[in-house]
Amino acid sequence: MKIAVCIKRVPDSETRVKTAADGKSLDDAGVKFILNPYDEFAVEEALQRKEKAGAGEVVVLALGGPAGQETIRTALAMGADRGILLQTDAVPPDAFVTAQAIAAELKAGGPWDLVFFGKMAIDDYNGAVGPMVAELLDLPCVTAVSHLAIEGATVTADREIEGAVEVVRCALPAVLTTDKGINEPRYPALKGIMAAKKKPLDVKAVALAAGVIEVLEMTPPPARKEGKIVGEGATAVPELVRLLREEAKVL
Amino acid sequence: MTTILAVCEQRDGVLRKVSSEVVTGARRIADALGAEVEALVLGSAPASGSDLLGSFGADRVVTLTADGFGAYAPEGYAKAVAERAKGAAVVVCAATAQGKDLAPRIAARLGTGLAADVTEVTAEGGALVAVRPVYAGKALLRVKLTGQPAVLSLRPNVFTPVQRPKAGAAQTVAVPLSAGRVTVKEIKAAEAGALDVAEAPIVISGGRGLKEPANFKILEDLAHAFGGRAAVGASRAVVDAGWRPHADQVGQTGKTVSPTLYVAVGISGAIQHLAGMRTSKVIVAINKDKDAPIFKVADYGLVGDLFEIVPALTAAVKSLA
Amino acid sequence: MAPKYHGVDFYAIDSLLSEEERAVRDTVRTWVDGELMPVIGDAYLEGKFPKHLIPGMAELGLFGANLPEEYGCAGLNNVAYGLIMQELERGDSGVRSFASVQGALVMYPIYAFGSDDQKRTWLPQMASGKAIGCFGLTEPDHGSNPAGMITVARETKDGWVLNGAKMWITNGSTAHVAVVWAKTGAPDDSGSIRGFLVPTDTRGFSAKDQKGKLSLRASDTSELVLQDVHLPKDAILPKSGGLKSPLMCLTQARYGISWGALGAAMACYDEAVSYAKNRVMFGKPIGGFQLQQARLAEMLTEITKAQLLVLQLGRLKDQGSMTPQQVSLAKRNNVSMATDVARETRRLLGANGILAEYQAMRHLANLESVYTYEGTHDVHTLVLGQEITGISAFE
Repeated sequence: MKIAVCIKRVPDSETRVKTAADGKSLDDAGVKFILNPYDEFAVEEALQRKEKAGAGEVVVLALGGPAGQETIRTALAMGADRGILLQTDAVPPDAFVTAQAIAAELKAGGPWDLVFFGKMAIDDYNGAVGPMVAELLDLPCVTAVSHLAIEGATVTADREIEGAVEVVRCALPAVLTTDKGINEPRYPALKGIMAAKKKPLDVKAVALAAGVIEVLEMTPPPARKEGKIVGEGATAVPELVRLLREEAKVL
Repeated sequence: MTTILAVCEQRDGVLRKVSSEVVTGARRIADALGAEVEALVLGSAPASGSDLLGSFGADRVVTLTADGFGAYAPEGYAKAVAERAKGAAVVVCAATAQGKDLAPRIAARLGTGLAADVTEVTAEGGALVAVRPVYAGKALLRVKLTGQPAVLSLRPNVFTPVQRPKAGAAQTVAVPLSAGRVTVKEIKAAEAGALDVAEAPIVISGGRGLKEPANFKILEDLAHAFGGRAAVGASRAVVDAGWRPHADQVGQTGKTVSPTLYVAVGISGAIQHLAGMRTSKVIVAINKDKDAPIFKVADYGLVGDLFEIVPALTAAVKSLA
Repeated sequence: MAPKYHGVDFYAIDSLLSEEERAVRDTVRTWVDGELMPVIGDAYLEGKFPKHLIPGMAELGLFGANLPEEYGCAGLNNVAYGLIMQELERGDSGVRSFASVQGALVMYPIYAFGSDDQKRTWLPQMASGKAIGCFGLTEPDHGSNPAGMITVARETKDGWVLNGAKMWITNGSTAHVAVVWAKTGAPDDSGSIRGFLVPTDTRGFSAKDQKGKLSLRASDTSELVLQDVHLPKDAILPKSGGLKSPLMCLTQARYGISWGALGAAMACYDEAVSYAKNRVMFGKPIGGFQLQQARLAEMLTEITKAQLLVLQLGRLKDQGSMTPQQVSLAKRNNVSMATDVARETRRLLGANGILAEYQAMRHLANLESVYTYEGTHDVHTLVLGQEITGISAFE
């Protein structure tokens, strides 16, 4: 099975978000970067699919600055076979531009049986690159897969929708984006960390167009009005209800 | 006259409430740009409730039909909308489960970018400017959309539907498309009539403070007291422990919700949880630990034993009805 | 739910680590967060070692991590090994003790003193967690003075017969194999000490857990009794000889413990800072009061010093030039400062600090054992004294 997994290096969710001097981006001083949590599910699923098939290759692809090599090595440490970094210092906010670069690389390295993405990145919350790449490669795509079954060349995928689970079917080859629940990602074993160093990692410079989304500014969210402790215990309930009715006007 | 396309959503032939939010958002854009709103519904026949879209500002309501469009057909819908969007200035979707899947496909087919999960949109000097939360809601990004058309998806429960009556002239257009290569085989509904946490105006969420799964009954009782307008959510800890389904999880690896009222019961307030609910209009926290971080974001806090407070609150809410 | 642990790095020590070393540290940290932290409070209160974690630890490659890949081990350098111990002990000293014994006190002597056959038989099984080992050196009447041991091994025509007793043996009751040190010659001849691999199901060997511990409760500590234990000739570790052999093992373990104690201190400091920032008294967080700030400043200083100390020690070990006396300095310093950090954290936490829900008191209790075992603080003091002056003050 030839499987590609597209991953992203993102700031840890505990990061204190400070705006950089340009007023438009994250000040990354002291920020801890990690493999996007949704991409961990994608890497794990790719590894499991390869293991189930008994043979194949899992290739990890990332787009971004040189530090992306470390993130690729995390995926290699989990068991992926080789990595590709599409290196660029400026990643535009337009997901379509990223998708074009990734699709071009995948096209050159294909054909693939499966292409996995995490359902979204926890920095930009776009969730767009995966399905856009699928459109560019003209491959069927299912997003936010929380359960996956593959029988022969048939994919049956569960996705959570409002108040229900949607069961979707398509044929391989396909692009799938992974959601929590699809699997339990393995911890990179120490031997894996050592082996990752020796696995092939190609770095290719790419230059991306500016795209059609332009960042004007990044600001902190409006501060919530300071709240108050209404009281202690069940005796404070009447006062809470009064405030919710008369002050907040939500009851 | 330029067109703003408002991509609505139906399920089982009934228009979903979020459609009125999309039309409201599209109307706001249209008014700023001096354009018309075309509400688009895809299905096998006109969806019930589409006649109301005019009251929220749709100049016309166009239903695109095809065999296999009854259920969500990702490829068929994307092709149909992209085709319809030729010549439109803006395409607006909802950032629902379906919209999050559909919007990127539409944008890619149109060869353009997407502003997803937008909470505010205005026009500045003829260009569309949108605001979207990033970094788990810890920052807001203001972006200018220069694509032709611009494609965006709106966060549910933020664009409160506003009455702006327009003609809403209805049209049905049969399109020569198939569902595509990705088909919905089945929809396994959760408990009948259950409100999804991402859509409920009131969310009562529980965390480890509930001590055991059976105790979530007291939150369900409180939710029922609100007469069908409340859903029960869960923190990651109790979902990971298997007490509640992942679909109920509020937080970074769960759902982002923005209800009118969010009640956090026995939840300490980890950053990943806050990421999922910090834009709620009113937040109430009930926790026995007065130093719990949740009290920092709550508008109203009650310190004490939730097993005493919640039933008392349920009784009080019932007596209001 | 406690906020996520971020470690302590005031002097950008991460920049002195290689990418692998950081990756090793991060994977163990994540594993501890996901698998150990949720269960350790209860395990400690119940006085049970969380055995169910052994397969996960093995899969991660935590046992004998600095031993070569040909035996199924991770083949890491010694700084990475130290970071593993740091992160395990940030979880719990008892769990780190399990890994120390398995790796440094059983796998290491088999690797260093064993025959090819012994290495091939035991090392892969121990790396995979299928076989658990324990290290039998300390005796009821001979702790700080292992040279005085009375366990004997008498050579017979077809093997050996061992008689004696060992005490305070971590993993004793769950071990499949015990590395037992015994005198093969006269009672006062410490030069005749040799190491033996004793499968614990051998007739005459028994292990019983010591009860009533108030420290290292999430660890199995046992007495071993050897009553006419017959072993074949090849049970001996052929390259072992004299007290030097077990002491070399102890040097390995003590090296890991120097890092481990640092981990416990870091966990306590992290808890103290979080509490100090959130706990409000007299209208402001207690972290705003001078006495608490002094506590925290002291803790951060000691931790930072200890981090640099132990990093250089690891680099020396990797270069092959580390001496046992250098290890003594690190073990002595880091464990002592960790007990102080744990105690001060406990105090800063106020009444909450006595609850198992918080880590400080558990670490405090555990560290008392770590202060005493693997060479007591005082013993290491005299090791240094002798090294400095050339004069032994042991007796």
